Amino acid sequence: MNWQWFHRLGSPKWFYEKTTPWLPWLGFSALILLTVGAVWGLGFAPADAKQGNSYRIIFIHVPASFIALAGYYIMAISGAIGLIWRMKLAYMTMKAAAPIGAVFTFVSLVTGAIWGKPTWGTWWEWDARITSMLVLFFLYLGVIALQQSFSSRDAADKTGAVLSLVGTVNIPIIYKSVDWWYSLHQPATLKIVGKSSIDASMAYPLLTMILAFYLFYAWLLLTQTRVEILDRERRSQWVKAILLKPKLQEAA
Amino acid sequence: MHPQRKQRLIIVLFLVVGSSVAIGLLLYAARESINLFYPPSKIVAGEAPIGRNIKAGGCVVPGSVQRSNTSLKIEFEITDGMASIPVRYEGILPDLFSEGEAAVVDGQLDEYGWLLATRVLAKHDENYTPTEVSDNLQTQTEDGVQHQKTCEALSYDS
Repeated sequence: MNWQWFHRLGSPKWFYEKTTPWLPWLGFSALILLTVGAVWGLGFAPADAKQGNSYRIIFIHVPASFIALAGYYIMAISGAIGLIWRMKLAYMTMKAAAPIGAVFTFVSLVTGAIWGKPTWGTWWEWDARITSMLVLFFLYLGVIALQQSFSSRDAADKTGAVLSLVGTVNIPIIYKSVDWWYSLHQPATLKIVGKSSIDASMAYPLLTMILAFYLFYAWLLLTQTRVEILDRERRSQWVKAILLKPKLQEAA
Repeated sequence: MHPQRKQRLIIVLFLVVGSSVAIGLLLYAARESINLFYPPSKIVAGEAPIGRNIKAGGCVVPGSVQRSNTSLKIEFEITDGMASIPVRYEGILPDLFSEGEAAVVDGQLDEYGWLLATRVLAKHDENYTPTEVSDNLQTQTEDGVQHQKTCEALSYDS
């Protein structure tokens, strides 16, 4: 098997230069799909028979929750790669993934509360799904805090990776919480196996939004990782060359 | 793989597996407390304490809802298909509360088996359907799911 691409990832410079042309493509396709999905879901999808229009928060809530969970795995796997291969870029991705994941988790919690009030009759209930999602939010905050609380870069990276890896146990708990325990939150509507319990006219805009959120997440993660690369490599020649180029052009 | 990296991989795997097992055992030990509510059959079986705040969850039995004409008092029964308990409540109900839908009720059991509710929440199921589709939808039954029975699949004859 050819592992050359993996070893190249060890070079932040190679990664930075490789991903520069990807950014506008990712950003624009995310923007277009977000617009299409939002207009389709909020404006054209039919209202729900029981909930009326308040169900439309699903078009934000479900994609944000998907990203909150998937983003955690990305953070934890990056941490593991950093620990095992001592790859600098992996730690940078891990650090970049933490605040993004925290924001998506927060969006998921807030939209869930806004939907919960008219549907359940309460903003918040300490059921298994909602509580485990709150734990996920605190795990993200913990990784962010650990990044700030060490004077040694290496110590911050390693402890952050360890916390990320320990926290992965929470992800299947969140996912299965509605099946394992009696909870207020309903079980999954979109099913990987079997028929989803959502009408096609609502499912297609939802799937569009999920795809849009994944693209948006990829764009955010790349952008943030690149910022982190520039910050950590700021003393290297190639970063100085990139950052000084516009100034030299102005001077000339 | 380089032996040093292999060793670190084993440490990482041990970290993930070890913490998962620890938290898994913790959740297994606390499984009863993690449940948000008691199903009616467990309350009838005497597993819920009397005179203390508990939550009960189940489907509102069609035809059991009796409203007062002069106040916000309401009585209804909730069931999980095996047993049902009567509930007495005074207050505002959530919009989605209705017969044949799931509800979660906060309250205390009295010695006669009534649940005196202080709060009623509606529990939404996982089905999303537009109005025109739901009007001519065939009710589908599905067995095997114990924790989240959809109310449509229940038979209320018992």
